[in-house]
Amino acid sequence: MSLDYKNDSDLAKEAIAEALDAYPEKAAKKRKKHLGTIDVTEEGTSCGVKSNVKSVPGVMTIRGCAYAGSKGVCWGPIKDMVHISHGPVGCGQYSWSQRRNYYNGTTGVDSFVTMQITSDFQEKDIVFGGDKILEKMIDEAKELFPLARGFSVQSECPIGLIGDDIEAVARKKAKDVGLPVIPVRCEGFRGVSQSLGHHIANDTVRDWVFTRENTEVFESTPYDVNIIGDYNIGGDAWSSRILLEEIGLRVIAQWTGDSTLAEMERAPKAKINLIHCYRSMNYICRHMEEKYNIPWMEYNFFGPSQIEKSLRKIAAHFDETIQANAERVIAKYRPMADAIIAKFRPRLEGKKVLLYVGGLRPRHTATAYEDLGMQIVGAGYEFAHNDDYQRTTEYMKDGTLIFDDVTGAELETFIEKLRPDLVGSGIKEKYSVQKMGVPFRQMHSWDYSGPYHGYDGFAVFARDMDMAINNPVWSMHKAPWLQAAAE
Amino acid sequence: MPQSADQIKDHIPLFKEPEYQEMFARKKAAFENCHADARVAEIADWTKSWDYREKNLAREALVVNPQKACQPLGALFAAAGFDGTLGYVHGSQGCAAYFRSHLSRHFKEASSVVSDSMTEDAAVFGGLNNMVEGLANAYTLYKPKMIAVCTTCMAEVIGDDLQAFIATAKQKGSVPEGFRVPYAHTPSFVGSHTTGYDNMMKGILSAFWEGKTRTPNESINIIPGFDGYSVGNVRELKRVLKLMDVDATILSDTSDVYDTPTDGEFRMYAGGTTEEEAIGALNAKATLSLSGGCTPQTLKYIEEQGQETVAFTYPMGLGATDDFLMTLSRLTGKPIPKDLAMERGRLVDAIADSMSWLHGKKFAVYGDPDFTYAMVRFLMEMGAEPTHVLCTNTTKKWEADIAELLASSPFGASAQVWPGRDLWHLRSILATEPADFLIGNSYGKYIEKDLGIPLIRLTFPIFDRHHHHRFPTMFYQGGLRVLVTILDKVFDHLDASSDISFDLTR
Repeated sequence: MSLDYKNDSDLAKEAIAEALDAYPEKAAKKRKKHLGTIDVTEEGTSCGVKSNVKSVPGVMTIRGCAYAGSKGVCWGPIKDMVHISHGPVGCGQYSWSQRRNYYNGTTGVDSFVTMQITSDFQEKDIVFGGDKILEKMIDEAKELFPLARGFSVQSECPIGLIGDDIEAVARKKAKDVGLPVIPVRCEGFRGVSQSLGHHIANDTVRDWVFTRENTEVFESTPYDVNIIGDYNIGGDAWSSRILLEEIGLRVIAQWTGDSTLAEMERAPKAKINLIHCYRSMNYICRHMEEKYNIPWMEYNFFGPSQIEKSLRKIAAHFDETIQANAERVIAKYRPMADAIIAKFRPRLEGKKVLLYVGGLRPRHTATAYEDLGMQIVGAGYEFAHNDDYQRTTEYMKDGTLIFDDVTGAELETFIEKLRPDLVGSGIKEKYSVQKMGVPFRQMHSWDYSGPYHGYDGFAVFARDMDMAINNPVWSMHKAPWLQAAAE
Repeated sequence: MPQSADQIKDHIPLFKEPEYQEMFARKKAAFENCHADARVAEIADWTKSWDYREKNLAREALVVNPQKACQPLGALFAAAGFDGTLGYVHGSQGCAAYFRSHLSRHFKEASSVVSDSMTEDAAVFGGLNNMVEGLANAYTLYKPKMIAVCTTCMAEVIGDDLQAFIATAKQKGSVPEGFRVPYAHTPSFVGSHTTGYDNMMKGILSAFWEGKTRTPNESINIIPGFDGYSVGNVRELKRVLKLMDVDATILSDTSDVYDTPTDGEFRMYAGGTTEEEAIGALNAKATLSLSGGCTPQTLKYIEEQGQETVAFTYPMGLGATDDFLMTLSRLTGKPIPKDLAMERGRLVDAIADSMSWLHGKKFAVYGDPDFTYAMVRFLMEMGAEPTHVLCTNTTKKWEADIAELLASSPFGASAQVWPGRDLWHLRSILATEPADFLIGNSYGKYIEKDLGIPLIRLTFPIFDRHHHHRFPTMFYQGGLRVLVTILDKVFDHLDASSDISFDLTR
């Protein structure tokens, strides 16, 4: 049930002009290339923004680093491995337990996701190198966490600068302890954002996980699929998996939310890779396609319209039984989804939403908002690439404001100018937006809620957007005597 | 189907539903290659044994769940307490994202910090161009009154020279010549966030005082230190100072910065020590540091300017507040007013009313050096027994001080001190030698869950409880709040575990 609407492209262009006005000339010139509007013409739809280039110094980019992309996003959720934040204490400390990658397991015994395991570099380690310490750490971790299935070494900035050879250590220690040790060169200064960290993490799976001898006796079925690029934030992968199982597929690996090393190793045995977060894991899908001849397809489990579309698209890769199952599952859940929409749409109809998140979610959640009658007036990504913006044009309406690697000042201007009814972004943006009297939801962590994927997740999504927008607090931020004086 | 429009289940109830429980079981059995339940249970038990504890305490390289952050976090916190000051991170941009998130998650407030986004090329050629461009952009875009620069470990490893870079940036016109750009080298591989606080505080005071001649007067400076409760504590400090009729300058006042109203306007800069106050602080008679562990270099620098300095260790509880007030009185010549004596009496009154629920109770305490010192002191004043005191970012001074403190009271006799240890150590320690309660921050919740020892959150960071930082923990009023926080947990725990003794009145 796609909504038909157009955004005010003149207003968006005014907002861009105003935002650029605040910069020195050189910075304005650079930033101009990253701001645009969705332009629907007969030749097609474009937004014409430049992406995946270095952030302008000093402007308050919201981006993170390669370590965040690798340890924080891709590797961290693999639950039965010990992920070592290799370097000084901070990176691991600030990222400790902040992604809400849910998992089943006994923490500290057979699961290690919500632990901060670090080499805590001191000055002497910078001077003399950290390889010896790393060796010792792996021995100690092996002793204290005997059920760990392997180790990853998540490099922080100094590692690449002091000439440590973590690959050599990894090879040596893998032999010593008889478990995989994966060295990841995700130093924070590499690349322009988290994105390179995703890529590096993917590459290390290719080079260090897939290359290992896999002796698992595994009986394939024609219905074996992998969930790729779902980090199980608030349980997202689970509320997705349940649907895939329900249509008769067998999810043999879940990357990387609530994942185990065995699931990583087994993935090449699937019939198809189903990828949710294209941005962070397309690399490994392309590799599996090339090397193991496994096709991959993107799907979108936000909101009933996209879920239905995706279930059919997934089922189309399988036989008629699966296709019939998909129709049955769609029919089963439709009354619930309709009831959710009937409940919340009257409260959310016509509300304007501005999104600024990672590299996928603005386009992926757009239709879910529209299912609830809401309209996307602005959207941007921290670390999207050109192919993400191309995909975005399929989802966004004419005149939508598009912003790449937005800065704190730009975001404030856009919000003031467009006055959305809801902003979805991250913790760093949350409080400044709310101070402006504008409702906000964190769209990285689901604001400590979730899941948002699947039908079960859509109900939570709808409830949360309603509570964000319709809480009475937003009518109280002006003192009555001041309001009276202003009128 | 577990979900319905009438009763929407989020992650808390949803995954307890049979559909999900069965799915988890299927995934586990067929795909996870996990260890047998009995084996997991066996290892889980072993991790709580003396054998495990000995192996765990013998660790030399591995650090697990440490209780410290890195220098720039403290530096940015110190900088945030000055009027119109923009924190600036020279180095990798991801660090700035982490510092901002960390502070925002605790204070539930925006934390505005820029970085100059150094990447591979800067790693090779140095970050001078980033600094030149970054300062110019930050200055124009965010119109700060001052930009306070700290470094990430990347910039430190490649050896960027902040003084030279800032001078060059000024020559190139990034900011006006007279515009203050204090700086601090804050390598993450030295010390912790408390070291960063110290370095930045010294950097900022140097920037204000450089080239000025001191004309001593009777005023007093107070440096609050890195404190997650700064909003409540600095306001309480101001109230106490008013009662004492003392004209004091607070150096780095974050009380308004991290507590702005929601009224339709986002205040990127709010409150903080003004330029005039900071410059005038040079002439003060003395500087008091509420958290001496956060200010060793700063106090040394201030002494060199000719001021007397006094370092406190987080004045929480009776004796610590007495010391602070008497020192303030001695330095200013102002008597401690009756009102404060009354407040003191009320805190003693409260302790007297409640002491039977605290006397002899065993507490494990962890956190920064000054917090743990203050907490131990206050616990002993109430007749409670600190049995384990753990500090990751320890100093030799702390070790000596805490030993002396514990020796000063019979309630400290059973205490064990754990310098340089982390929370995975503490888990082993408490599994083998339990305490009745654990005092720390949100990270302690994992120990609480594993061992069933109730956690009392009283220090930074507190991510999973809201607004505690808005109330003081320091001085007599703060002591009352700390007392009540502890008592609430004691009583809640007692009620939850009571059957026959489920008394209405306690």
